[in-house]
Amino acid sequence: MELLHNLFFDYTLRTVAQGSATLGIVSGALGTYAVLRKQSLLGDAISHAAWPGIALAFLLTGSKAPLVLVLGAAAAGWIGTLFVMGIVNTTRIKDDSALGLVLSVFFGFGLVLLTAFIQKMPNANQAGLDKFLFGQAAALMERDVKTMASLGIIALLIMMVFWKDFKLLSFDPGFGASLGFRMRWLDVLLTTLIVIAIVLGLQTVGVVLMSAMVVAPAAAARQWTDRLGVMVFLSALFGAVAGVSGALISSSTARIPTGPTIVLCISAIVLVSMTLAPNRGLVWNWIRHQRNRRQLRIEMVLDDLYALTLQHEDLEHRHSVRVLNAMSAGRGGVKRSLEELEARGWARRVGTEWALTPKGLAEAERLTEMRGN
Amino acid sequence: MNLSPQIEIQIIATVVAVACALPGVFLVLRRMALMSDAISHAILLGIVLAFFVVEDLASPFLIIAAAITGVITVALVELLHGTGLVREDAAIGIVFPALFSGGVILISRYAGSVHLDTDAVLLGELAFAWMERSTVFGYDLPKSLWVMGGILLINIIFIILFYKELKLATFDAGLAAALGFSPVLVHYGLMTLVSVTAVGAFDTVGSILVVALMIAPPATAYLLTDRLSYMLGLSALNGIASAITGYWLARWLDASIAGAMATMSGVFFLLTFLLAPTRGLIAIARRRVRQRWQFAQTMLTIHLLNHEDSPEAQQERRIEHLDEHLRWTPSFAERVVRYAERQGTIQSDAGDLMLTEQGRQVAHEGLSMSEATPDQRSGFAVS
Repeated sequence: MELLHNLFFDYTLRTVAQGSATLGIVSGALGTYAVLRKQSLLGDAISHAAWPGIALAFLLTGSKAPLVLVLGAAAAGWIGTLFVMGIVNTTRIKDDSALGLVLSVFFGFGLVLLTAFIQKMPNANQAGLDKFLFGQAAALMERDVKTMASLGIIALLIMMVFWKDFKLLSFDPGFGASLGFRMRWLDVLLTTLIVIAIVLGLQTVGVVLMSAMVVAPAAAARQWTDRLGVMVFLSALFGAVAGVSGALISSSTARIPTGPTIVLCISAIVLVSMTLAPNRGLVWNWIRHQRNRRQLRIEMVLDDLYALTLQHEDLEHRHSVRVLNAMSAGRGGVKRSLEELEARGWARRVGTEWALTPKGLAEAERLTEMRGN
Repeated sequence: MNLSPQIEIQIIATVVAVACALPGVFLVLRRMALMSDAISHAILLGIVLAFFVVEDLASPFLIIAAAITGVITVALVELLHGTGLVREDAAIGIVFPALFSGGVILISRYAGSVHLDTDAVLLGELAFAWMERSTVFGYDLPKSLWVMGGILLINIIFIILFYKELKLATFDAGLAAALGFSPVLVHYGLMTLVSVTAVGAFDTVGSILVVALMIAPPATAYLLTDRLSYMLGLSALNGIASAITGYWLARWLDASIAGAMATMSGVFFLLTFLLAPTRGLIAIARRRVRQRWQFAQTMLTIHLLNHEDSPEAQQERRIEHLDEHLRWTPSFAERVVRYAERQGTIQSDAGDLMLTEQGRQVAHEGLSMSEATPDQRSGFAVS
């Protein structure tokens, strides 16, 4: 209760929660496209590539205003993406190597800028830049949140305006091109939006972990639905929930950094989604598998009993369980299947022996017919 | 043996770079470059957990625990991917941030008792690597040199011993399995190697720059050669070059050595990307230009050949006529004619074009090529 009270009335916590929720919503919604387009790890490259951009923006302007740093980060993230695309398109180097190359080299360059110039500045007030490594949500201020929110809203609005186009780009770019849409241009636009989403989160979650906020909410949302609209909504929701709960947990416990906590929260959501989501989830899958297996077993025993019955003039001839056991070739569960058959009124028990009922006979014939022999 | 710290740092940097570059070759070829990213981050959790058990940062147990974590990371990624619910890249993007977050939280929570610093883990610091020393076999050398030297040796021995298996599993996993080599075993062997190397390197160069040293030199070498053995050698050389030039760049700017090494490895890649003999951007652009002129010349010779003995030859041979017939602008036609003249395929007499013997041959070759089947044609284009 106290936590909830703080959430609304404690300035720091409220700001942090708002910031985390914003980043969760924006990166969740736009991350959907990254995941659907098999570009999950592009986020990793962009966020690392953004680091030297932040350093350069600070070096060139001497300002630590969020908008300046965000613009620097976005520009560098963009250049990194261009490099990745250029390398993949013109050489035989595959996307994984190109991504790894760009993210690590850009990051190294950022480190050189930080150590060579920024840390030597007379007013060595560079602590602000270190924050971008792991993020420092506690240092978020209201103006930061305002910058994040306005940029985020713009990005989401653009996403909605180009909804149909982006859908086409994600699922069938070839068809889109044949309809006369400019897919290359759309690709650039969508990538720019993803860059914005990532850059927004850098101050809170940090360069290293930001990629998780792009991939994880969308991967979780994917389990619950097959519709793009629902997926974008769920992904944004999961991102927001993870953001707020991460902020709450880290504020209520001493010495727990916010960024990693948010990432653990979203990982938990992924885990739950993968296990419990209807239709796709692992539990659901397992239940369906078991049900199918039981049904198959029952049909096989029915088949066996039918085959035995056909050997006799008397269609109600009884057969011992042992014969059926032998026929099932060690699949087991014969007894349970027989009981199930009895419950359905397809077989009846006489002592330890079993016989088909007329209804069971009809069912067995129907099944044989259906299989086409 | 008394080396100056300056030399020692360069030796350590070189050893780290080569130790990373060798397994990196297989990562790049097997399209698993980002596994190095995942592993190098995830091992943090293993290091922290192992530290809680043995409470000694220098314990070799830490390396073993971290290596095991690396392999577990790979297994987790495959487990997640194996459910069929997420793609492999998404699986990587989910697993390693989660493990890394766990490590970071543990460190911050118990910051007082752990002399581990997350910045140090991410960034590493080579400049002080020579200070911590240990004496083995009577040689007093930096501890990290012993560790990384050992890891480099393990990497070299592994690659020599299993060269054939690695090669086969990398280029034709199906054949490898059919012949009875287990690709899974090779895969996990390689991943163990990557994990051990990442652990050894993380406190000298940091976990993100390990990725640079594992990927950039092999990717550069990949643009230069088609042979696995050359690629290994070139990667190692490139790693050495990045290490040495990176060291001097860092000294010159007074910056982080690891960052400078990564930057230099990127610079070498960029140079190769632009200048590589057959695969570089410039070589590709030049080839395109040459092919354009050659094609235009072939068109011109065929055109002239077609009309050589026809009644309208007088008119068709005029350079001004090419605009109408081949849809060439006058300036382009002019340049093609000049090119063809230089090549000796036509002779121009005040705008009146005549095929030479060589030109006739070019035209015939062009004609026979266009009649060939698509397969033969592409074969021709390649040769």
